[in-house]
Amino acid sequence: PHAGPVESKNEAAMSELVPEPQQKPIVPMKPTGINASLLGYIGIDTIIEQMRKKTMKTGFDFNIMVVGQSGLGKSTLVNTLFKSQVSRKSSGWNREEKIPKTVEIKAIGHVIEEGGVKMKLTVIDTPGFGDQINNENCWEPIEKYINEQYEKFLKEEVNIARKKRIPDTRVHCCLYFISPTGHSLRPLDLEFMKHLSKVVNIIPVIAKADTMTLEEKTEFKQRVRKELEVNGIEFYPQKEFDEDLEDKTENDKIRQESMPFAVVGSDKEYQVNGKRVLGRKTPWGIIEVENLNHCEFALLRDFVIRTHLQDLKEVTHNIHYETYRAKRLNGNGGLPHMTIETEENHESNL
Amino acid sequence: IVFQGEGCRTVPLSGHVGFDSLPDQLVNKSVNHGFCFNILCVGETGLGKSTLMDTLFNTKFEGDPASHSQPGVQLKSSTYDLQESNVNLKLTIVSTVGFGDQINKEDSYKPIVEFIDAQFEAYLQEELKIKRVLHNYHDTRIHACLYFIAPTGHSLKSLDLVTMKKLDSKVNIIPIIAKSDAISKSELTKFKIKITSELVSNGVQIYQFPTDDESVAEINGTMNAHLPFAVIGSTEELKIGNKMMKARQYPWGTVQVENEVHCDFVKLREMLIRVNMEDLREQTHTRHYELYRRCKLEEMGFKDTDPDSKPFSLQETYEAKRNEFLGELQKKEEAMRQMFVQRVKEKEAELKEAEKELHEKFDRLKKLHQDEKKKLEDKKKSLDDEVNAFKQRKTAAELLQSQAQQAGGSQTLKRDKERKK
Repeated sequence: PHAGPVESKNEAAMSELVPEPQQKPIVPMKPTGINASLLGYIGIDTIIEQMRKKTMKTGFDFNIMVVGQSGLGKSTLVNTLFKSQVSRKSSGWNREEKIPKTVEIKAIGHVIEEGGVKMKLTVIDTPGFGDQINNENCWEPIEKYINEQYEKFLKEEVNIARKKRIPDTRVHCCLYFISPTGHSLRPLDLEFMKHLSKVVNIIPVIAKADTMTLEEKTEFKQRVRKELEVNGIEFYPQKEFDEDLEDKTENDKIRQESMPFAVVGSDKEYQVNGKRVLGRKTPWGIIEVENLNHCEFALLRDFVIRTHLQDLKEVTHNIHYETYRAKRLNGNGGLPHMTIETEENHESNL
Repeated sequence: IVFQGEGCRTVPLSGHVGFDSLPDQLVNKSVNHGFCFNILCVGETGLGKSTLMDTLFNTKFEGDPASHSQPGVQLKSSTYDLQESNVNLKLTIVSTVGFGDQINKEDSYKPIVEFIDAQFEAYLQEELKIKRVLHNYHDTRIHACLYFIAPTGHSLKSLDLVTMKKLDSKVNIIPIIAKSDAISKSELTKFKIKITSELVSNGVQIYQFPTDDESVAEINGTMNAHLPFAVIGSTEELKIGNKMMKARQYPWGTVQVENEVHCDFVKLREMLIRVNMEDLREQTHTRHYELYRRCKLEEMGFKDTDPDSKPFSLQETYEAKRNEFLGELQKKEEAMRQMFVQRVKEKEAELKEAEKELHEKFDRLKKLHQDEKKKLEDKKKSLDDEVNAFKQRKTAAELLQSQAQQAGGSQTLKRDKERKK
């Protein structure tokens, strides 16, 4: 029997329910690397210039922390590194001020410019470290500070309306000053580096190296390297972050021969052989800071500033920060609940 | 923690430190890493999109020309590894297929917008992951959108205006007049003015070459005034003078692609690749992507100023909300499915009812028919009986009559005999 009008009503009802099949949105494709042969100059290599111009315009941030017992020449070394009065001691704090009872964190920012490149350099000093009778856990305020900078950055990154350029206060490099005893590392040194090498790039330096002869220096360095290896301390440049064979070869040489750098710092100039050089004057001669026969300051400077500055920042951002972020987003993963000290708190500390 | 002076003062250097090598260090790292550049070509079929890409990059990319019979707009994407000096570029070219070919073009812009959003979404997903690898992420976000305008010489088509309006907040749009050898110089000037004024009056924001850096401010400023670029593409090389040049040969003359008097191809190449490639990438990341991210997160219900929200749990909340959202969608789908099943059941029941009724009706009619038939048969029977009875009476009557005649005849004889006596 003919169903007639009932059937068409059914069709109409169905089209109300079933939406028209929509085209699936295009999913991002995996790249198929096809090598296109070039027949003439396109100009894509100009991107290097474009990028360079852009970075010169935006400028750079660099945050360096110095850790070590007082009197090891930390401030002087930083001033020598950056050939200017950038450390805390030079910025108005009293030289005769007492050694603090606990570890304090003091950060000073300066802008320095060279060859059209503007850099905001922040030197973070840690007076009081290792100076107490009981130095247990004295690395904790330092670790806390470093994590707080990661937290600050994370908070900014996670905002809905984000700043065009998130201010970077994260510690890119931590110079750890080893006392030139000539024997071995102290337990405090090992404890500090063990804890902190996991959150920040640590570059160990042997301070006041003008108290050791060449043989003593070589032996001491070997012992220190051995001890660091035995204790599983990965200082910068870390083996696991070598990007390619070129990096590995270059960094292996530095890790196994040069580091830790035995340095001498000075901001005074003397005349040597008709040239003005930075140095320390002693009755037995002038120690030239930038003379590779006298100490390894120049190696440290070239390493930190002229070749690995950008890499220090990138390892901090791509690895240390990411590790922190992952831990944090996984629900506090063992990190103590923390509050960020705001600018208001800063004022009151003064 | 004590900071000294947020407005840091500049200190002089007493000698060469060496951090002026920083831009080089950064550039070297980028070079080792390689670069990405993604171009989207939007335009009607046959406007020379593929040819222009071939011309810009001095090579023949794979692909066959599309037909005009596509049922809808699709996007075709291909990635190539190009190398020049020490620069490795991962170039992705995305082209619309079938744009402008349909009779009803109301939804033509949708696949394009969806594609652009999908790339932003993929990046956002990666950025929100807990364990992420952003510095090794292959960025597929569209850095430049070349919008091909048909060389009618009159004005923009309404499809062009609608599409560009939908795209201008999502991508850097560089409008170009395709196949511009079809327009004469004077017409071209008028055409460009008309296009520019239409874009302005419709509030379409096209990409402006940046003029804040002194080194490029002048050239970019001049180029901005030449938009939209009138381009011609050709991969054929012809001998002109004593050089081989990319050109198109007509009976009335030869159009040279790289001759700035003939067309704006050189300007496009300068601007797109040699001057502003990095800026295009940066604008995509800091402006268009941020806008997408902000809208997406707000849509999902996040607010920056929420006192209860812990910012770092954005990741968890995002995941939770996303799952919730997907869950809701699933529920809706279920509900719709149930409703559909229900309706089908109802209709089925109705149909069954109707069928039943019909059957009943049929049965009734059949019965009626049978009753009628029986009645008729009965009547016929009784009529037959009557006829039979009648016949019987007739034969009986005839018999009687014939007997009566015989008897009458014999009686007549008898009477005749008596008379005779």
